[in-house]
Amino acid sequence: MSNKNSQGMEFLTSLPRRWVTIYIPLILMLIVLLFPFYWMGITAFKPNEELLSRSGNPFWLINPTLAHFNKLLFHTSYPQWLWNTILVSVCATFISIFASVLAAYAIERLRFRGSKVMGMMIFFAYLVPPSIIFIPLASIVFEYGLFDTRMALILTYPTFLVPFCTWLLMGYFRSIPFELEECAMIDGATRWQILTKIILPLAVPGLISAGIFAFTLSWNEFIYALTFVSSSEIKTVPVGVITELVEGDVYHWGSLMAGALLGSLPVAFIYSFFVEYYVSGMTGSVKE
Amino acid sequence: MKSLSLMERFQSNRHALGYAFMVPAILLLAGLLAYPLGLGTWLGFTDAKIGRSGEWIGIENFKYLITDSVFLLSVFNTLFYTVVASIAKFVLGLWLAMLLNKNLPFKSFFRAVVLLPWIVPTALSAIAFWWIYDSQFSVVSWMLTRMGLIDRYIDFLGDPWLARMSVIIANVWRGIPFVAISLLAGLQTISPSYYEAASIDGATPWQQFRFITMPLLTPIIAVVMTFSVLFTFTDFQLIYVLTRGGPLNATQLMATLAFQRAIPGGSLGEGAAIATMMVPLLLAAIMFSYFGLQRRAWQQGADK
Repeated sequence: MSNKNSQGMEFLTSLPRRWVTIYIPLILMLIVLLFPFYWMGITAFKPNEELLSRSGNPFWLINPTLAHFNKLLFHTSYPQWLWNTILVSVCATFISIFASVLAAYAIERLRFRGSKVMGMMIFFAYLVPPSIIFIPLASIVFEYGLFDTRMALILTYPTFLVPFCTWLLMGYFRSIPFELEECAMIDGATRWQILTKIILPLAVPGLISAGIFAFTLSWNEFIYALTFVSSSEIKTVPVGVITELVEGDVYHWGSLMAGALLGSLPVAFIYSFFVEYYVSGMTGSVKE
Repeated sequence: MKSLSLMERFQSNRHALGYAFMVPAILLLAGLLAYPLGLGTWLGFTDAKIGRSGEWIGIENFKYLITDSVFLLSVFNTLFYTVVASIAKFVLGLWLAMLLNKNLPFKSFFRAVVLLPWIVPTALSAIAFWWIYDSQFSVVSWMLTRMGLIDRYIDFLGDPWLARMSVIIANVWRGIPFVAISLLAGLQTISPSYYEAASIDGATPWQQFRFITMPLLTPIIAVVMTFSVLFTFTDFQLIYVLTRGGPLNATQLMATLAFQRAIPGGSLGEGAAIATMMVPLLLAAIMFSYFGLQRRAWQQGADK
């Protein structure tokens, strides 16, 4: 990854050539990738008259307004949805990390009878998409009286988080040398002490990656939250914005966009602090 | 020798301890993943409705579905959506990865920004696309009118084929970052000395791409595209937000149809049957993208 090595033969290409083949396509792609966010942001601050006029330049706003945010925060259940999303994401993340750390350590280091098979099964579990099992899961949620509760989401989100986190943590645990564990064992440490005092402190980057991933995935979850919850006070941000801010044929574009913007900012904010962990988690899990 | 207490014996037996450590994960995955998977298949053979457990009716649901034109259309839509979006994501993603792999200023900044569409909730970024595709106030239509290319605003989500292409574009927009950043990680593992040797031998950039980059990248491409196909095939939120399967079921995917029949429609059995029928198609798609690409890697003699 070091810059000195990736120089290659690039000194052979001239500057104008680099502009045409690299910079211009790259800038165009970045504009396309970022435009919806710009559009989201600018629409959220536009007064309705500007939104619904075709004459002015739509790329700029003349009279920025906070009316949409005002409506969103004080006249809808949006703050409640935000709180639900945070609560559900944090709980689901902690449950998943707890289960995944134990499972990954057992599979990777205890190597119990059948651990190979278990590892494969975890991988296959990762391949099961939520859109295939949400219908039977809905009937299970209903049967246990969890329908329309936050608990339904907190318990079902780990089904897609645990396989991913376990897989990711297995990779991290594998990179920790065995010798450290052997030393601790000679000194009389139990497996539990080894896990909490040696392995976990060394696997902190892996834990952060797994945590960030689990958090963003639960924040983004849609189909379970749409199916298992029906009252407004329990909804998460993505579901609440889609189902409650769209009223009949009158779309309140301003508040829709303000809702989308506010709902995206927390994940974008957390992500900006942990980009490196996020990227290493994503690429690490793909490379396995 | 000191006799070990039961607790100590348990702690030193790695098999017993291993099973104990697996308990939370297994409980979650067996109860809320494996069991629903089985239950879903079973529901597919019943006439269950919401609030009423169903009776076994054999393959009735499946027999009905294969004559149902809406279902057949949704199968076509799903395949079309998956194939077109995956190819577009692969081509553009690989291109972006190669651009980012060049010696750039602010490299890590670019990489961070590129991933944004991937981390923002799809349902929320889809709202931005909904507004961009609006039939009366679309900014794309506005630009095209100003350039004098069209004289009427385009109804992006109102016409069957336009709607299909519009949702595919939104899906590609969201999927490119994942493909690009994963492939970039693969590109960074290729030693630059191959390229140096090739350019000394007079290889053109295309030859370098074709005979160095592609073969060495193929194993990672196989994994990345398998995941990409998986995500695209089972996509739900984007369609639900943008079109809800309309116009005239032109963008109805199997996942959205299953939802529509099962939850608002109340026919859990029929919805479960649709979801069950996704499984063999999904497996075929995964096998195709994974083994198809792997085989090429093997033929070209690239080691894993």
